[in-house]
Amino acid sequence: MGYLGKLFFMAMTAVFINNYVLSRFLGLCPYLGVSKKLDSAFGMGMAVIFVMTMASAFTYLINTYLLVAYNLQYLQTIAFILTIAALVQFVEMVIQKNAPSLYKALGVYLPLITTNCAVLGVAILNTKATWNDGTAYTFIDAVLNGFLSGIGFTLVLLLMAGIRERLEYADLPVNMKGMPIGLILAGVMALAFYGFMGFKI
Amino acid sequence: MTFLNELTKGFIKENPIFVIVLGMCPTLAVSTSVNNAIGMGFAATFVLICSNIIISMIKDITPDKIRIPIYIVVIAAFVSIVDMVMAAYTPALHKSLGIFIPLIVVNCIILGRAEAFANRNTVLSSLADGIGMGLGFTFSLIIVATIREILGSGTWLGFKVMPVTYDPMLVAILAPGAFITLGFLMGMMQMMKNKRSR
Repeated sequence: MGYLGKLFFMAMTAVFINNYVLSRFLGLCPYLGVSKKLDSAFGMGMAVIFVMTMASAFTYLINTYLLVAYNLQYLQTIAFILTIAALVQFVEMVIQKNAPSLYKALGVYLPLITTNCAVLGVAILNTKATWNDGTAYTFIDAVLNGFLSGIGFTLVLLLMAGIRERLEYADLPVNMKGMPIGLILAGVMALAFYGFMGFKI
Repeated sequence: MTFLNELTKGFIKENPIFVIVLGMCPTLAVSTSVNNAIGMGFAATFVLICSNIIISMIKDITPDKIRIPIYIVVIAAFVSIVDMVMAAYTPALHKSLGIFIPLIVVNCIILGRAEAFANRNTVLSSLADGIGMGLGFTFSLIIVATIREILGSGTWLGFKVMPVTYDPMLVAILAPGAFITLGFLMGMMQMMKNKRSR
């Protein structure tokens, strides 16, 4: 299997087979909270892709050249969450200054991302993940994995928002409206995504 | 009286999972067995109590603008302690909870209580709030886990409770079962609430 084949494998895993939301249960708060409208779901998805990619890059560098190099792995949780919080703040300031229109679209969602467990989850899993042959992720692999996981998150967020927009007009029992039906919907979607597990690449 | 109020509100009235809907990720992920649920619940409760105490102690000297990063550092410190203690004394549980132990840092319940309660209340009532909310979280986790473990593997806390002929419903301990179980439980909560208000 060449490098491209490996990348294809990684993409399929991150987007479909081991989707962060539906099979790893990461990032559920925004998944359930921001999926009522299609455009806000899109904005959130873009912001998550961006932050996840950046966070994967920075945490990989910090982990390799600071924590592992000086034997400080026990500080991983603190170091990673601080990096992500600082990164989100920084990204917010840069976008606000240089791309006001983008800031308008993403602005509200950026601070929320600090506490999106999918971002910290990707960063931690990148340090533990290995290829099939047992080699650890390189810098490029980690960044790509962050990017692809973001895509997987956005995909299910958009699917969910599309369904929930139509659900507004459905005649539901009063008690099931809102969060309960949202969760059951997520369950049915997760069931559908289980079908991808049969794929052998 | 107020101390008792803070202590008990986490169970029903302000239950963090069913009513405030916070901390969904660990709820769904670790509720595959009651054992995991108890482990996760107590780990989160410990962090919640400690961070609530510290944050309410330092609330007067915390600059408003950078309070969130400060809270996160306080929480992350306690999470690291829990992580290391569990790795040392309960390695099996530590392994089955896996990545969700470091992820207690971003559990919205803990940051949410820091922001909504501990930074404007006294140390004593923050302590009560931490205990109440933490136990409420553990309690709800155990309910979800009970349903999933009985349906999905026919056991409760490892003991066989279903008859031998019971064919486990595997889907209940997989991801879809988690969503659907919690969906129905929340529907039931809403039903109870609507009945009471009528």
